[in-house]
Amino acid sequence: MLSRVANSIHWMGRYIERAENVARFVDVNLHLALDLPPGAREQWQPLIAVTGDDELFAERYGMATRERVIEFLTFDRDNPNSILSCLAAARENARTVREIISSEMWEQINRAHLAIQSAVPRWRELDMASFYAEAKTAAHLFTGIADATMSHGEAWHFLRLGRLIERADKTSRILDVKYFILLPMLTDVGTPFDTIQWAALLKSASALEMYRKRHRAIAPERVAQFLILDHEFPRSIRWCLGRAQRSLHEITGAPPGAPASLSGQRMGRLLAELMFTTIEEIVRGGLHEYLDRFQLRLNEVGQAIHSDFFALRPLGPGTERPEP
Amino acid sequence: MNFATYLTEGFYDELFTGPSSPRPGARLLVERLESLPEGEILRRQAAAETALLQMGITFNVYGDTAGTERILPFDIIPRIVEAGEWETIERGLKQRIQALNLFIEDIYHGQRILRDGVVPEHVVRSAKSFRPQCIGLRPPRGVWCHVTGTDLIRDRDGTLYVLEDNLRCPSGVSYVLQNRQVMKRTFPLVFEASRVRPVDDYPSRLLDTLAWLAPEGRGAPTVAVLTPGIHNSAYFEHSYLAQQMGVELVEGPDLAVIDGHVHMRTTRGFQRVDVLYRRIDDDFLDPLAFRADSLLGVPGLMEAYRTGRVALANAPGTGIADDKVVYAYVPKIVKYYLDQDIILPNVPTFVCWEDTERDHVLAHLDSLVVKAANESGGYGMLIGQQASASQRDEFAARIRADPRNYIAQPTVALSRAPVITGEGFAGRHVDLRPYILCGREISVLPGGLTRVALRRGSLVVNSSQGGGSKDTWVLSESDVADTPGAVG
Repeated sequence: MLSRVANSIHWMGRYIERAENVARFVDVNLHLALDLPPGAREQWQPLIAVTGDDELFAERYGMATRERVIEFLTFDRDNPNSILSCLAAARENARTVREIISSEMWEQINRAHLAIQSAVPRWRELDMASFYAEAKTAAHLFTGIADATMSHGEAWHFLRLGRLIERADKTSRILDVKYFILLPMLTDVGTPFDTIQWAALLKSASALEMYRKRHRAIAPERVAQFLILDHEFPRSIRWCLGRAQRSLHEITGAPPGAPASLSGQRMGRLLAELMFTTIEEIVRGGLHEYLDRFQLRLNEVGQAIHSDFFALRPLGPGTERPEP
Repeated sequence: MNFATYLTEGFYDELFTGPSSPRPGARLLVERLESLPEGEILRRQAAAETALLQMGITFNVYGDTAGTERILPFDIIPRIVEAGEWETIERGLKQRIQALNLFIEDIYHGQRILRDGVVPEHVVRSAKSFRPQCIGLRPPRGVWCHVTGTDLIRDRDGTLYVLEDNLRCPSGVSYVLQNRQVMKRTFPLVFEASRVRPVDDYPSRLLDTLAWLAPEGRGAPTVAVLTPGIHNSAYFEHSYLAQQMGVELVEGPDLAVIDGHVHMRTTRGFQRVDVLYRRIDDDFLDPLAFRADSLLGVPGLMEAYRTGRVALANAPGTGIADDKVVYAYVPKIVKYYLDQDIILPNVPTFVCWEDTERDHVLAHLDSLVVKAANESGGYGMLIGQQASASQRDEFAARIRADPRNYIAQPTVALSRAPVITGEGFAGRHVDLRPYILCGREISVLPGGLTRVALRRGSLVVNSSQGGGSKDTWVLSESDVADTPGAVG
């Protein structure tokens, strides 16, 4: 398939996933605020840290309040990571590959885009909980429609690759930010409030119920283990990279043990580490340091995907020959 | 909502012969529309608009920075063409395109028609769309113009005229296909009972036409649609046609000429392309052959074409046959090559380069429509009747300064068809653009884009000037069914 088209599909997958993640963790924070003990301050600043847009936010809004953060992360056209911007970008990408994706996918992405655009002028009157629920459903619906209506060929694998890389990135960020904020509050350890906070972290990754089935009692290390290393939960970092690697192999045709591309090598190395490491080792070296390094290396995988498949390489004598 | 108060007001109406008397082909439709409960027609109109918006069937508006996309306004009352009349239209269109293809071939080879003095040589030489680069070209299979969208209009007395032959990259066929989808949902039962001829096989026919052009020996040829990109006003159509044909949609930067062949950049390296349905103007195809500043084009494309390594549809250079001055000679062109009288006549046309005709035009500016030879889309046009004195003076000066570039035609009282308005049904002026494919054989899509000037009294149907569209129902031979059925 065309490099330009593969690139657009990949980013369409990423933007839809990003929109869904933002909807989920803002929604969880709204619920969390309802359970705060009297006198406790609502925590809105950390949400900005998750998308890494602290500077942009400070410049445009100043102090983080509930309303400002909701606006910034949901409806702000000038924030490239707001749900509105993500859906607009996903749709713009979809528009350039409309002949590749199914009509049903296009219509779903178009509906989601039109829905949020029409919500902007009256957003302060909306019930945000149901708004976010709809946003999440719209993203899930898109993924379901894509799975059910698009051939699982190269284009679909690029879509899934984008979605999974984005998901792994967001899970690591949510965990990093929350862990950093939650752990220092030693006074709260073992209190109901503490449990609520950890449960909220799991909910931010739609992971609470599945976590309970695996580990039952909520404990910080087990939560980190679940979100990083679980091999069955579809939002854990390891699961995401495992499936992403499969897509990459489907795309290149190279077997998992013998990657033929830079992206395959980097992906394989990162995944191998996740498969053969323990949570104790991670915590000993510092969770934040671990996640920080992980994000850097995940970026390197993304860059390799770009140069392997998307970059429009300049033509020069002898640089490249067409396939026979 | 009913037609009790609907008036034709002295115009030819596509659905009615007079108050409360629908044409035979429209009877069933009118009956059904009138039997719908109050408010139902408006409800269905709104549902159709929502469907179009959700399907994202939009066009880009140039110079509009805020929202770049709009839906083409759509009116759910179809225009109906009866079988007998369509048969004439079809024959007329085939005749025209056959003659025009021979004309283009002649112009870029022997120029017999110029030497015989049928078309003045200076008219061809001075046309902006004449491409000296195309002299001697041998397009694959000898066809120059594969896809045509001819504009037809009807005068007060019912005569159909050809207003323009669009031989370059005529657009709009995707609206025909999508409008039909929406109409089938909107009036399923009337639709079925009316025996409307299908249009849905257009993409397969287009693909057949394109694949037929591929260089010899390319077993399963790679066909692609070449678009200027997402900011082009017809981008939706480019992408829709590529999708429906199941071929790649490429932009100039996706392509490269290597070893004389055209290739596209894919995730697995370069892949050869055999046929390009190009929706880019000649000027922008190849910076080495045409405009050097083109960023849309592919350097070396023309050379690959000239050597038969890639096919282009339409061929470069076809614009010479839809220059508005050359248009005036089409009846003579048909007579010259086919020895036939023209079936679908031209609108009478005055060419301003001729002294006597120019004098006539300048003396009658208040009753004529003046057009620049190389503009389209309703731009560069003066409708004398509606223009102010100063606008007419301005055009008179332009005509004197560059007479070759202007033609004039009498104002045609375009036929009308009913549309839904806030005050019930009202007549609005329409034209019709059928689509013709020229491959192994010439085939005319039984339908077409009916464009409608939605503003009361307006004669300009272009989407860039407030026009909308309607579905066009071409009825099959058996004509209208008379069996009563449920309300559709």
